[in-house]
Order: sequence, then C-alpha cells, then structure tokens
Amino acid sequence: MIFSSFRGGIHPPENKHITEGMAFSNLVIPKTCYIPMQQHIGAPARPIVKVGDIVEEGQLIGEATGFVSANVHASVPGKVVDITETLTVYQKQPTVIIEAEGAFTSSHALRDDRKIEDITAEEIFVKIRSAGIVGLGGAAFPTSVKLSPPSETAIDTLIVNGAECEPYLTVDDMLMHTFPRQIIEGIQITLKALGIKKAIVGVENNKIGAVKALQKVLQEVKPREDISVKALRTKYPQGAEKQLIYTLTGKEVPSRGLPMDVGIVVQNIGTVFAIREAVLFDKPLFERYITVSGKMINKPGNYKVRIGTRISEIVEDCGGLKGDPAKIIIGGPMCGLSVHSMDIPVVKGTSGILFLSRDEVNAGDFSPCIRCGKCVAACPMGLLPCDLGTAVENNRFDLANNLNPSDCIMCGSCSYSCPANRPLSHFIKLAQERIKQKK
Amino acid sequence: MSENGNKGSNALLAVSSPPHIRVINSIPSIMWTVVIALLPAMAFSVYSFGLRAALVLVTGAVSAVIAEAIMQFLLKKPVTVKDGSAVITGILVAMNVPPQAPLWMVSIGSFFAVIIVKQLFGGLGFNIFNPALAARAFMLASWPVQMTTGWHTFQGVSVLAGNVQNTMGLPEKAFDALTQATPLAAFKEGAKLLGEYNITIQQLSDFLFSPQMLKTHFMGNMGGCIGETSAMLLLLGGIFMLYRKVITWHVPVSFIGTVGILTLAYYNLIGYPSPHMVALSNILSGGLFLGAFFMATDMVTSPVTGKGMLLFGIGCGIITFVIRIWGGYPEGVSYSILLMNALVPLIDRFLKPKLFGT
Repeated sequence: MIFSSFRGGIHPPENKHITEGMAFSNLVIPKTCYIPMQQHIGAPARPIVKVGDIVEEGQLIGEATGFVSANVHASVPGKVVDITETLTVYQKQPTVIIEAEGAFTSSHALRDDRKIEDITAEEIFVKIRSAGIVGLGGAAFPTSVKLSPPSETAIDTLIVNGAECEPYLTVDDMLMHTFPRQIIEGIQITLKALGIKKAIVGVENNKIGAVKALQKVLQEVKPREDISVKALRTKYPQGAEKQLIYTLTGKEVPSRGLPMDVGIVVQNIGTVFAIREAVLFDKPLFERYITVSGKMINKPGNYKVRIGTRISEIVEDCGGLKGDPAKIIIGGPMCGLSVHSMDIPVVKGTSGILFLSRDEVNAGDFSPCIRCGKCVAACPMGLLPCDLGTAVENNRFDLANNLNPSDCIMCGSCSYSCPANRPLSHFIKLAQERIKQKK
Repeated sequence: MSENGNKGSNALLAVSSPPHIRVINSIPSIMWTVVIALLPAMAFSVYSFGLRAALVLVTGAVSAVIAEAIMQFLLKKPVTVKDGSAVITGILVAMNVPPQAPLWMVSIGSFFAVIIVKQLFGGLGFNIFNPALAARAFMLASWPVQMTTGWHTFQGVSVLAGNVQNTMGLPEKAFDALTQATPLAAFKEGAKLLGEYNITIQQLSDFLFSPQMLKTHFMGNMGGCIGETSAMLLLLGGIFMLYRKVITWHVPVSFIGTVGILTLAYYNLIGYPSPHMVALSNILSGGLFLGAFFMATDMVTSPVTGKGMLLFGIGCGIITFVIRIWGGYPEGVSYSILLMNALVPLIDRFLKPKLFGT
C-alpha cells in the first residue's frame, strides 16, 4: 500500500542499478587504521590510549565526554603508532592511528545465546552507549541520546528509516535483504529500550524485495510488538526524518522541533542492525556496511568495512579507478560531502563512497535566478529557496532571516532542480551559519 | 591509471557543497524547448499567411539576438545569446504583429523588448514586464495603424463567404469588415453593422459563432496576428511544454478558465443568443492561447508559487474579460498580462507556501 506523500520533492536518476542486489563482501582489513575521535554529533571522544599501546579489536580507545557524545573503539588489533591531527570528512581532528598486528580475538562473536527477554531496558541503554552506536544514516547522532527522551515527552512510535532515498546507495536495501530477521530483532530491542510497542518501517517502493523480506519475517516470527512495514512512494527526500514521519503518520514535526515532539523516535535500518549486535553480542561499532559506487570505480558493490579504513585502500581493494574521478563523495550525491583527498577514512556515519565521473556530477557556473519557481515546488519544507539564495548572494542576511532559513533540512532538492545551477542550499547554509554565529 | 588505485590520490578532485548532481534542465534547454513548442504555430503562420510571415518572424528573432549581443557587449556582461531567451522574445514580438506589418517596425519592437524592457532592467531574471508584450504595447501606441491593419486577406475563404452570402446576404462592404479583421474585432465591429445593414443580432451571432466558425477558430484559418491564429497548434506547443516540465498548468488553466467562465456568465446574463458559442469563440481567439501558454507563463515575470500562479492567471483572465467587454480594444490578453506582471512582486510577497510544521 502506498501512502500519499509529502509536499515537494524531486526524482533524481536513482543509479541504484550499479550495486543493486550485490551481496555484501568484506573489504580487506587495513594495514593502518585512522580512527578520528569525533565521528558523531556532539562532544568529541577523549583518547584513552597512548602511542605504543597494544590494543585489541573492539577495545575502547576514545571515551565519550558528555551526554551528547559517543565512545570510539579500535577497529583492528594492533599498536597505536600515533595520535595526531588528520583530515577527516568533517574537519581536521585528533585521530588514533593503529597499525594492525596480532590476532583478531573477536570476543563479541562468542556470546550469541543472549535472549531479548532476558535484557532490561536499562541494560540495553548501557550496552548501546558503551558500544558507541550513532545514527548510521549519515547524521551520526548518538543513539543513546535519542533513546532517552526527556521524561515529559511521551514517545509512542518508533519509525525505522529504510527509505534510502539517496541515489546510488543500496546498503540499507541490502541489509534488509540479507538480515531481515536481525533487523526485526533490532527493532524489538529498540522498542524495549523505549518502553513502547509500536514500530513502522518505511521503505521506498523501489525496494519492494526488501519490504517483502521484512514482511515474511514478521509473518514467521509473529512478534508480540506491533511492527509493520510500509512501502512508500519513491521520491527524494522520502528518508528525511520529518518527511518520513509525515508520510507514515500524517503528523508534522513542528517547525524547529524534533520528532519526539510528536511522540516519535526515528532510527535508521543500519542503526537498528548495529543496536542488535551491540546488545546481543556486546559488539562495539567498529565496522559497518557501505556502498561503493559511481562510474569511475572498477568494482562497485556493497561492502563491510572497518571504521578507519582510508578511501585509498578501499579503491585498491575495489579494483582501482577507471580514470580520474571528477568528484569523490562520502555519502549520497544529494547530501554527501565531496572530499579532496583519498587519505580520508571511513567513519561511523559513512554510508557510501562514490567515485563520480564528469558526466555524473554538476559543474559549471551559476547565473542569476530566472524565478522559474522550480525550487519552490521542490522544497519539502515550504521555503522560498530562490529568494533566500538571492538575499544571501547580495549579503542581505536581514532579508534571508525572514524567510525561515533555520527550517531548511539541507536536502538539496532546490539546488538540484535549479536550471540556473544556483547553489541554493549552500546559500541557505550560509544563512543558517550566520544565525548560529549571532547567537 | 586503472593499474594503480593509489595514483588517484594525485588527481585533482572537485570539492563543493552538496548536492553533487543536478537536473538536466538548464536555462538553454528550457528556452530552446519553448522555441520548439512555438514551431508548429510558426509553421502554420507561414502556411496561412505566406512567406511574408516567415520574413517577419526571422526579422523579429534576428533583431532580438543582435540587440541582446550589443547590449551585453556594451554592459560588459557575458554574451548569452545562445541561451535562446532572446530568440523567444524576438519570435513572440513577431507573433504579436499583423502579417503585413512593416519589417522595420518589427525590428524596432525587438530592440525595444530586449534593450529597454530586458537588459536595462538587469537582463534575464530581472525584468519586471514580459519583454515581447511590453514591445507590443509600445508598437501599438507608436504605430497604431500598422499594428491594426495589414491583416491577411484570405482568397475565396469558402466558409466565410458561403456563410455570409448564402445565409445573410450581407453587402460586400460588411463582408470585408467582418472577415478581414480578427474574429473578436469583427464581433465588436459587428455590433456597429447591425443598424447599418439592417441585420439582426441573431443573424450576426449565427454568422460569427456557427460550429463551422468555431472549428475555423480552433484550427486557425482566420485573420489575426502572426502567432495567435491556431489555438490547436498553440495548445499542442503548450502540452509539449507541460510534458517537458517547462511550464506548469496553473497559469494557462486559470487564465483560460477565467475568461471562459466570465464570458459565459456575462452573455448568459445579457441574454445573448448562444452564449456558450460566444464563450468558446472568446477562448479560441484573440491570442488567448498564445498569451496563456507562452507569455503569461514567462518564468521571470510570473509568480514563483503554485498559489501565486493561480491568482496571476485568474487576474489575467478577469482583466482580459473586462477589456474585451467594456474596453476600447477588441482583445485584452496582452494588457492583462502586463498589468498582472506589475503585481507579481506583491503576489509573491503575500502568497508564500505553507511552512512545514506550522
């Protein structure tokens, strides 16, 4: 069943066929791992190892420094060779560099006899927190924080985001195909942590196989919780939190509000999968699944990769490049970040790495707005990106501020649809930054 | 390169803020799509008015391109004549004049449109008024005779001639008055002829609004400006633009719909014979399709929101209706659009989309 959808949105070429249905394989364990201390929203973790220390796989190496923060673990066993500032997808920051050596003890894999019924909500929270789980859809917000809403808010529904509306990316699709039972278990654990019974999984209807896989498990398992899987219209940004909630429940998260304001917590498919591993096996988040795609990579696919593996090693393992890519993007092409160096490592929030050719990316100059209104029609938040862009371009932040730039979710639909190639979401970002600075 | 992945580290990588992909529709592709959408109507004008129409069209387009190049050169801006926007303006200027209009007038019209109305306001994206329509108003004020004569004389138009001579026995003079001008002009003129030639309003109505005539209007076998005659081919172009997402339905539907509904209501109210035929005739002639699909939809001079576009179209429809019924001109499409162009900033200020979560 397909629900009516949110306002606006766009239909970019999906380009998911490149890696669609490709089973997960493991990328090679990197010889040197670069593990940044801030892979999440909030305060950076504090390194608790010294140069020369020998660490085990999954050992805590960076400690959360506050409530909105997350632990960081060693992705490989080995020796800490340096703790220094390195380039990451976010910013230059302290990074623990580990040279792999010794045995993979894999302590976490041994304990799979644990039952969900035997674990309390309290324990679940502690395990998620100590495993350093963050939102794996890209924003990397510490999951433990999301799972402990203030006591005055009443949460009634968990929404699991399997929309995967970004072009190219197929990792969540593949997770649902490969591990439907594990994902349902992860949902049950998350529901228990929240103390609620109702969960809805939202999946775009271009992944109908994933929908069926999950529904089949639900029929077999017959969970006591009220878990349902809904196919959604394929339209970007269907996976944006507010749009997903609106499509599934008809509720609008208030302007500048959070999902919990309408009684909802949203978790990504990859996150509930990681939650299960953390809770049942005490497995810290030191590896994740990603999509490697784009026309310029020889062996695109869906891979399991250790956090801290640099792009250059992934390229080598994926058969090298077909030529010079025009852009390398961490994440999807709509919201992902372009990087200028292949030394940048995969972090917790990395859902994909794209090696795009010149004809796949936008390029060239922009020209003045022709007021076509395509950005207005595309904006899922009901903003006027054209006017915001022109105001910022003319340094009139006073005018821009009256146009609600803070409500922008940075989906990029406006820039995508602009025939004048105007970087509208970039302009709006500047307006947002200006407001932050003033505060 | 493909031998060694690491070598890629040395490649120059472009870095920019997201998104990294964009829609294929660029300004040139939009503009040239509009030109393609205008082709059937242009071809038809050459078919019905002769090579003279082609000459006028080429003059209009070439003059506009030259004017744009000169202005951009003088203003030290990048010369963007290849984007097709000047070509459209020139074609539309030419489509808005009678087939026998003097070429120098068309050329001056195009220069006025591009230099005064477009470039002096800042170029594409900054003009307040539709350049081609402002040029039409300028030409109508400057050369009223050349703009309202020079209609095409159809040789032995069987439909009209047959109708007139057989059913009404109109004198030749009245026949000329009715058939040489545009249909709406004939309608207005017709009222004057009622007394002069002692014909009844029923007879006039039967003549002007027979199903045969409406078919003629739709197909375009009638007098008029170069580009306005064939509602059918203009509609075809409009549908093509809708399909290519170059325009949206809001303005054409609300504009044409408003004119239709108001005309129908008015002629019902005054008890005119067959009001629905008058309404249909009003919709199909007087450049309404040209205006509603190709000029009122001009992105730069129409509102940016769907709601705004609807209001804009309704406003255009009301003004067109008022001018046609009570105004001094037989048509009213161009002035209605120009007047509504002036209201666009106001419409955009007050009709904003609903902010999500409010």
